[in-house]
Amino acid sequence: MKADPKRVLTGEHYLDGDHACAEGALAAGCTFIAGYPITPSTEVVERISERIPTVGGIFIQMEDELASMAAVVGASWSGAKALTVTSGPGFSLMMENIGLACMLEAPCVIINVQRGGPSTGLPTLTGQADMMQVRWGSHGDYEIIALSPNSPQECFFFTIKAFNLSEKYRVPAFVMTDECVGHMTEKVIIPEADKIELFQRRYTKLPPEEYLPFKPGPNLVPEMVKAGDGYRIHATGLTHDEKGYPVMNWEAQEKLVRRLVEKIRKNADDIVEYEEEETDDAEIVLLSYGISSRVAIPAIQKARAEGIKVGVLRLIVVWPFPEKRVYELSKKIKAFVVPEINYGQIVLEVERSVHGECDAILVPHGGGWVHNPEDIYRGIKEAVK
Amino acid sequence: MNETLTKEMGVIEEKHPMENILRMDRIPHIWCPTCGIGIAVTSFAIALEKSKIPLDQVCVVSGIGCSGRVAGYVKLDSFHSTHGRAIPFATGLKLGNPKLKTVVFSGDGDIIGIGGNHFIHSARRNMDMLVLCINNFIYAMTGGQLAATTPLTANTSTSPYGNYETPFNLPYLADSCGAVYVARWTVLHVRRLANSITEALNKKGFSFIEIICPCSTIYARRNRLGSGLDLMKFYHDNSIIKHGANTKELDIGFQQKIIVGKFVDRERPTFLESLNDWNRKVFGDKFKEYGGPDDGD
Repeated sequence: MKADPKRVLTGEHYLDGDHACAEGALAAGCTFIAGYPITPSTEVVERISERIPTVGGIFIQMEDELASMAAVVGASWSGAKALTVTSGPGFSLMMENIGLACMLEAPCVIINVQRGGPSTGLPTLTGQADMMQVRWGSHGDYEIIALSPNSPQECFFFTIKAFNLSEKYRVPAFVMTDECVGHMTEKVIIPEADKIELFQRRYTKLPPEEYLPFKPGPNLVPEMVKAGDGYRIHATGLTHDEKGYPVMNWEAQEKLVRRLVEKIRKNADDIVEYEEEETDDAEIVLLSYGISSRVAIPAIQKARAEGIKVGVLRLIVVWPFPEKRVYELSKKIKAFVVPEINYGQIVLEVERSVHGECDAILVPHGGGWVHNPEDIYRGIKEAVK
Repeated sequence: MNETLTKEMGVIEEKHPMENILRMDRIPHIWCPTCGIGIAVTSFAIALEKSKIPLDQVCVVSGIGCSGRVAGYVKLDSFHSTHGRAIPFATGLKLGNPKLKTVVFSGDGDIIGIGGNHFIHSARRNMDMLVLCINNFIYAMTGGQLAATTPLTANTSTSPYGNYETPFNLPYLADSCGAVYVARWTVLHVRRLANSITEALNKKGFSFIEIICPCSTIYARRNRLGSGLDLMKFYHDNSIIKHGANTKELDIGFQQKIIVGKFVDRERPTFLESLNDWNRKVFGDKFKEYGGPDDGD
């Protein structure tokens, strides 16, 4: 299915990352947006609230992030492509209903424009310290999908990609941007609508008497219906059977939670996406995501000029993590160097994935600003030692 | 009884009168004997039938708690959401598809305790939904803890020496926040409650009905109030029907008189009406009114 031309602002623009996310959501066919103001993400909903009346859809400013996320799950079940946008403190408040979205298999997109934490932290300054929270923040076992753009252009495309993946796998999909990318203004090219491919939610064709709302279809993903379609379904946050009815025993738990996890793990090859550069004969691979991948460029250039063979693995999809590729590379290289604006999150996943075959060296930054490329360069130098 | 045998014996198999609204495959329900929630569900079922609203358009959303289980027993599109968040969930359903009729059916701890913020804001916005709030004065599912509705002096497991916190007066709260329809009944008033729900179902905007409900297993036992039947007798002897009563005067004291009736019935533009009217004014023909996911261009 192609995007609707009336929703796509085709042309060359000069946009910041937040505004580009907003345009991405509209192009993706998002018709329901619930949000609560929080720096540095507010510009996303500001632009949406300006554009939505003439594009079609509803924006509502909710009373808090708990309400925003709950409303998104409701809207998703009524057939809307639904979005909410936030940053650290709001993200924490959304966690419970993110779990509900996972349990109710409600496709939805959450944009987190990360800032420095913990707590109120640095409202106006950048951070990448919610990368583990997005994966594990709600209680219980589940899987999600998270993407990490490093430019306003990518904010546009990755928001669309997040909607497509979310609709396909019926999981919350996250655009994990940050203050730096969110407030960075660059050229954004918005293509013509017929160049934008959208995934159409799989609705069942079965009659109500044969339909089971949580029976796995292809790829372990159940076919959906919308509220109001006459199927009279029940959906609950309690552990449930394929009918959607609560079942309180370990067998039902095993069947349901295993599928929720496996529908992402078993389809990881389809979801995982990264960019690779000069990894064929690399001795060091710089593994990065988001803004840190751009800050690392001068460091990589400097190291290469000195003859160090530095490859690049830049994560586009951070979750699920490209563990297979990281393991393959680990057998050929000395070390991964991982710059991130936190004290070690994705580096833990790298350590796990290399199974001891090579080193994983963190170049940390507490947040508030991006790395000095010199620090990343020193990380590379340490790695070749 | 198997079908052939039934026929041979000439027994007419009767259908449950509420079979078109209840998920019979989930009965028996989890509620205790003499719990009043089932009666409230009956009144809701009667009201739905009377209201003539196509059942396929009706969505029921519950939160967590004893009353939160209602969504699981009604044969409608039904959602058992998170604790306190039934109202925002229903908001999403309604705005995602404005053709839906959304009903929130949950308890006092859920809607007013943990979810109080959503309650006041939805009333303020006049969001299209009917909120049916079972008030049993206590957190029953978790074993009887203090609620925001527990009457002064009442005993709960977390106020074992009696409650000293002033409870909410729910109709007053709903009224002052802008609800267009506010009523209170006990589950003894089955017919009046059903009529009230019918009326509220056919109203646009944010409607609120408080349903006073016996919890004999926990609330009555802790407070030595007797059985469920004794509580129903108490409602019979102590409920005063006073339509149009000033909502300020509807506090419920411990084993005191309970004023019931319809207190508020007014018109106010709903959230969606306001949104659409304002945007039509601002954008004229350029405004693209959103009618739901099935609205083709």
